[in-house]
Formats: sequence, structure tokens, C-alpha cells
Amino acid sequence: MGTPAIELKNISKTFGSIKANQNVNLTVNNGEILSLLGENGSGKTTLMNMISGIYFPDEGQIFIDGKEVVIRSPKDAFDHKIGMIHQHFKLVDLFTAAENIVLGLKEEGKYNIKQVAAKVAEISAKYGFDIDPMKKIYEMSVSEKQTVEIIKVLYRGANILILDEPTAVLTPQETQKLFAVLRRMRDDGKAIVIITHKLHEVLSLSDRVSVLRKGEFIGTVKTSETNEDELTEMMVGKKISLNIERSEPENPQDRLVVKNINCQSREGVKILDNISFTAKGGEILGIAGIAGSGQRELLEAIAGLQHLDSGEIIYNNPKTGKTENLRDKTPLQIRELGVRLSFVPEDRLGMGLVGNMDIIDNMMLRSYRKGKSMFLERKKPKSLAEKIINDLEVVTPGATTPVRRLSGGNVQKVLVGREIAAAPTVLMAAYPVRGLDINSSYLIYNLLNEQKKRGVAVIFVGEDLDVLVELCDRIMVIGSGKVTGIVDGRTANKNEIGLLMTKTQGGEENE
Amino acid sequence: MLSTIASFINAAIIQGIPLLFGATGEIITEKSGNLNLGIPGIMYIGGISGIIGGYLYEHNNAAPNAFLCILIPFLSSILGSALMALIYSFLTVTLKANQNVTGLALTTFGVGVGNFFGGSLLSFFGESGSISLINTGLAYKTKLPFADSLGLFGKTFLSFGFLAYLAIIIAFVSSYVLSKTRVGLNLRAIGENPATADAAGINVNRYKYLSTIIGGAIAGLGGLYFVMDYTAGAWTNDGFGDRGWLAIAIVIFALWKPKSAILSSFLFGGLYIICVYIPGLSSSAKELIKMLPYLITIVVLVTVSARKKKEHQPPASLGLTYFREER
Repeated sequence: MGTPAIELKNISKTFGSIKANQNVNLTVNNGEILSLLGENGSGKTTLMNMISGIYFPDEGQIFIDGKEVVIRSPKDAFDHKIGMIHQHFKLVDLFTAAENIVLGLKEEGKYNIKQVAAKVAEISAKYGFDIDPMKKIYEMSVSEKQTVEIIKVLYRGANILILDEPTAVLTPQETQKLFAVLRRMRDDGKAIVIITHKLHEVLSLSDRVSVLRKGEFIGTVKTSETNEDELTEMMVGKKISLNIERSEPENPQDRLVVKNINCQSREGVKILDNISFTAKGGEILGIAGIAGSGQRELLEAIAGLQHLDSGEIIYNNPKTGKTENLRDKTPLQIRELGVRLSFVPEDRLGMGLVGNMDIIDNMMLRSYRKGKSMFLERKKPKSLAEKIINDLEVVTPGATTPVRRLSGGNVQKVLVGREIAAAPTVLMAAYPVRGLDINSSYLIYNLLNEQKKRGVAVIFVGEDLDVLVELCDRIMVIGSGKVTGIVDGRTANKNEIGLLMTKTQGGEENE
Repeated sequence: MLSTIASFINAAIIQGIPLLFGATGEIITEKSGNLNLGIPGIMYIGGISGIIGGYLYEHNNAAPNAFLCILIPFLSSILGSALMALIYSFLTVTLKANQNVTGLALTTFGVGVGNFFGGSLLSFFGESGSISLINTGLAYKTKLPFADSLGLFGKTFLSFGFLAYLAIIIAFVSSYVLSKTRVGLNLRAIGENPATADAAGINVNRYKYLSTIIGGAIAGLGGLYFVMDYTAGAWTNDGFGDRGWLAIAIVIFALWKPKSAILSSFLFGGLYIICVYIPGLSSSAKELIKMLPYLITIVVLVTVSARKKKEHQPPASLGLTYFREER
């Protein structure tokens, strides 16, 4: 193992009141692959963004080759030979690989794309990449695009490579190819950090593993001296008691039966892989999983917003007693049946609410079709808006304030409140407490519990395992679009769920 | 018959030159992602600025020098239209105003300013009548010296003032810069994906400003050509007509390629005046024929959209304001 390429000492970073990183110490050596392991929101990406110049640390020092440095911008990072490959590729679709690689570079001499292509071919041959420099990006597969991103940083002379969840978008075969390339770069003396939460990848690829949990640095272990159980415990930590009330389900009945549903992304990657489960009235079904494992697509499929390749979604209508296949229905019909979705995306306003409209108008988005006259009915939405503001303690100057002016938590209350107000029979709440403070979170838990007592089948997609374990009656874990297990919320422990989350099982997996 | 065709071709090129300036300018602008619908107004401003510069020079000099007759209106035209493009850039790039609204406002403004000064310039100096810059017009119309000795060929293809050749040269140079240089690569990247360009260390705002201003200045020369060469130094209110919109239509027709814009402009110029060369047309039929360029543009737009070839689409971020993502 080589000398330290980069050392982080006591790095801290806060966003508002959230501590994204707290006193993190990390060393990456030349000629080594280090895995940075942690759950969602554990601060892995934030930490690496501070090395690549996107964020600036509040406290702490960064040393490169033993010398203290200040990295203020991506350009500074380049100058220190640090290259980061983000999850979302930054490429111009219409350009060739070579054009993208050379974009923005101020090289000496005349611009000659053929020379660039030759140099790209040289790098490709050295590390075993398989790429045509003159191929356009829009004709490429995801893995080819990733290759272009990697070559881009190598072309700029990067010595320290950071890859943010590089395998999230790859098939198992492509992952193996990537790993082979990464090993070759390690043998060439480069320092490589890969951010991941897939344990088997950590074990098969890296030399050492550093674990973060909720922004805190837990420790670094040698891969050869550890195992899955130890890493999982480092990752999820000890159980914390939250005291969320949980009543026994009363008379649970099958409300929604999902059978073998499948769907693919445009790139041909499977997003939902043979998912089957049953959601019962009068209970809360939790869904746990690493972000982007198919949670969103699953809920959208039930709501009729996502096209499915195969499978069935059977709905037992409690009003008529009939069974219906939701796949034959439009999103509007599904909603009329009482299946309601409240999805809180990262930017909160992205789905379900219109930021520039006030609370009343946002209520009307669900009710405007109901009126009989050609004019809009405003009275009922107005009283509903006022009821939500009172019941859920929404902090707002009034019902006519544009939603985007409310704070995040209040926006979420409006969104969840509106869906609950429609007396649903199935309520899907995805990340309803995202970014909320403790009190608001408990308010939302209580709302969900109330619905459960009313006999609603509640599906709760959450990020925090502690909450899932205390709130849900059953927890379904999904990983890479597959159900990796369904556990009882009363007996499950976090390690068990954590292990299921990071497991990518299946026949074609080759270690 | 041959001479009729030759004179038609000649007239088509003359009509096409202002369109070519406008189209080239707009292509350069649009490559940066700025959809400048102010081009028709900018072309009016280019024309009237040239007129004002030329008038001030001719008015104050008893024996105007032919070279200065060319240079002064040329520079004042560029100054006027560049200023318009600067306003557009400031509003859309710095203040992040909506591009369509800004562009349309500038067009209304430019046409109004052009007509205002065109109608009242002389009265400011206590003169009456309409503007007619004889010396300047003559200087701009100076042909290549050997044009007349080359018979029909010379008459058809070589009998233009220097601005006509400049239009073609600018189109070729733009094409080279866009496709063969680092600057062109960076500019195209901004029009396609400004976030990527930004991450690659390219100064997005600077490129947007410069390309819009340079593009505006080039488009303004179309207005200058029209008033100095085509109408020989005379201004008529609304004389430039809807040629600015035609130039924008050519951008689409030429699929954002300056080289293709050359022949497209001549084609559109020909279609614009073909009604004069078809004998026995009623006046309503003439107006119908004048619609041909727009009809063709719609057809091109439909076929190109239907074929979905990525290279033939407008720059991906055209018309969108770029905000750097911040957290």
C-alpha cells in the first residue's frame, strides 16, 4: 500500500440545523480502493463534494500528498488532480465522447479532435476501457456514458478518483467490467474512493472500508478483516427508541394485492423486478430500501402513473366488495376508487402541489372536476383548506398564501392533509417526514395511525429505519427493484433490515 | 428568357442578403441557447443607426469622402444593433427575464425607434422631405471593378456592393468557428447543456453575452444593407417589412447551420419576389405567393420534427434561462 494521497482531518459541515458531517477523519492511500459506506443521508456524498470543490467545509483540514490545501471550486480540485464521477452524468448528448472529454479544457495548440480521440484511445487501451471516441453520447448506454466520465477525469490527469454510487445504474456484467478497470487503475497507483451501500461490492472490490452514520465517522476497517455483519452494524448502529404509538391492526383484510409486476427504464435496466406483496386494510406497510431501488416507480405503478411490462395489481373494493385490476384503469379512475398517493420528492414541490397557487387552489386540483356548473366551486375547497390549516397546525398567513412561500414541513402537511381528506381506502405516503422537525414528524405519524384505525391500507415509504421499525406493522424491503424480504415490524431489528437493503440477490449475480 | 432568369437570380440574391445577415446572426445567438426574437427589431435599428450616422456625416460635409461614407454608417449600425443585443442579454442572462417576451418587446421597440427617427430625423435639422443619402448609397453600391466585363455572369453574380460578399464570408467564418474551434465547441455545449458547460469550467454568461451581441451586430448589418444598398440610402417607414421574421424562419429551415443559411436565404429571397416574375397575377395571388417561405418553413419544421434526428433539432436549451443549481 502506498503513501497517503489525501487525508481529511476533523472535517465538519452543517446545512442549516442539519449536521451533514461531524469530525470526519479519512485517509486514502495511493494504490488503494477505499469504500465509503453508509445509509441514505449519512453524509457520504457531502463529504466527497467537499473534496471535489462543490461544498466548502465549515471546519477541518484537507491534506494532499502531505501538504494542507484549500479547495474552493471544482477547478481547484482539478488542479490537485482530484476527479469526481457524479451519479448524474454531466455530458452533452449531441457531442461525441472525444468532444465531451475535451470540453472546457484550455490546451495548448490548435484544436484538433483527431488528436484528442487518439489520446482517448491511448487511455482506453491502458486501463481496458471499451469506447469509441467518435460515438455520440445519445447513442451510448449508461455504462458507456460512465466510461466517458471516467476517461474525462483521467484525461485531465486525475490521480484521486471519487465515484459516487457508480454501480447504481449498471447491470451485473457492466459492474464486473467497471471493477476490473478500477483494479487496473489501483495497480497503476491511483487512489480511488467509491461511495456505495452494496455490501458485497465493498467486500469484493475495496481494500479498506470507512463507515459514516448520520454524518458521524464510525471507523475504518480493512476489508480482509471484516464481514457483512460487522459492517451492517457499523452502518445502521444501535436501536434508538422513538416511542411512536402503534396499535394492533384490527381485522386486517387484503386490500391491494400486487402480483409479479415488472417494468424497465428507457435504458433497458429493470426498475421493478417481479414484485409481489399484499397491503392490508387497517395496517401500515412500511417500505424500506436504498434510495432509487424502485420505491417511486412502485407507488406510481399502483397510482397508474407508471407503465408496467407485466403483472397485476388487484384491488378489493371495500364499498362494493368487487375486485378490480388497477392496470386497466386510468390514474383518475384509480384515484376515484380511493387509492391516494402523496409523494414528497427531494424538492418537495415537485409532485402534487403547484407552488405558485395558494392552499385553496391546491385543494381544488383534486376537486375541480366535481362541480356541476361551468364555474369553479370554491366554497368547499376553502373550508377544507381552513380545516387542514387548523387540524394540522399549518403555519401560514392564510389560506390564500402561495404554497411555495410555506416552509417545507408545512408544505408536506398540506400535501398529506389533502390526500387524507379524501377519505382514502389506500394511502401511499412516500417520505412524508422528509426534512421535517421532530414535532411535525410525529404529527404525520399520528395522521397515518389515525388512517390505519379507520381501516385504511397505509403504505409508508421511509428513509429512517428507526421510524420504520416502530411505526409499521410489516416492513417490505426492496433492493434493486426486487423484494428482498418482508418482515414483521414488531420483531424485526435494524440490522436485519439493513442487511436486506444492501443485498442484491438473484441467479445472475456473479461475485 | 435567359436574361429574365438571370435577372431573377440576381434579384433573389439581393433579396437574400439581408435575410442571410439576419439568419447568421440569429444562428450564432441561438447556439448559446438564447432565442432572440428581437432580431427583426434589431435589423430595423441596424438600418436606422446606419442612416443616422451617414446623415450626420453627409449633412456636415460638403464633399463627403466615399470611404468615410461607408465606414461611419457601418460602425454606427454595428453600435446600434449591438446595443440592442446587449439590452436583450442583460434582461435575459443577468436578470433572467423570459426570452420570448424580451425578444418580442425589443422587436416592437426597434421597429418603433426606426420609424420614429426615419420620419423625424430631417425635421430635427430643419429640413423637409424624406431621407436620401445619395453619396453613401453610391459608395455602398460600388461593384467589383471587373463585374461589367464578364457579361451575363458578371451581371448576375458579381454586381453587388461589398456587404453582399461580407454576408457570405461571415456565414462561412461562423460555420468554421462553430464546428472547428474550441470556442465553437464551448458555445455549442452551452446551447445544448449549460449545466455541463458550467461544470466543465466554461463561463456560461460571458459566452451568452458575447454570442448574442456579436449575433445582433451581424443581423443589424442586414438592415444596413437594405437601406444603403437595396434602397440606395433612402429610408421609407416600414420599408424593411417582415424580412426579420423571414430571417428567423431561415434559421429553422437551415437547421442551425450558417453554411446552409446561404442558399436558404437566396431561395427565400427568390420566393419573396417571384410573384413579380410570374406574369398575369392578381394582387391577391401575389400576396398568397409571398406566403410560400413561411409555408415551406412549416413543412420543414414538421418533417424535421417527425424524423427526430438529433442533429437537426434546435439547441436543447434554446429559450431556457440558465440558473446554476445552488443548495
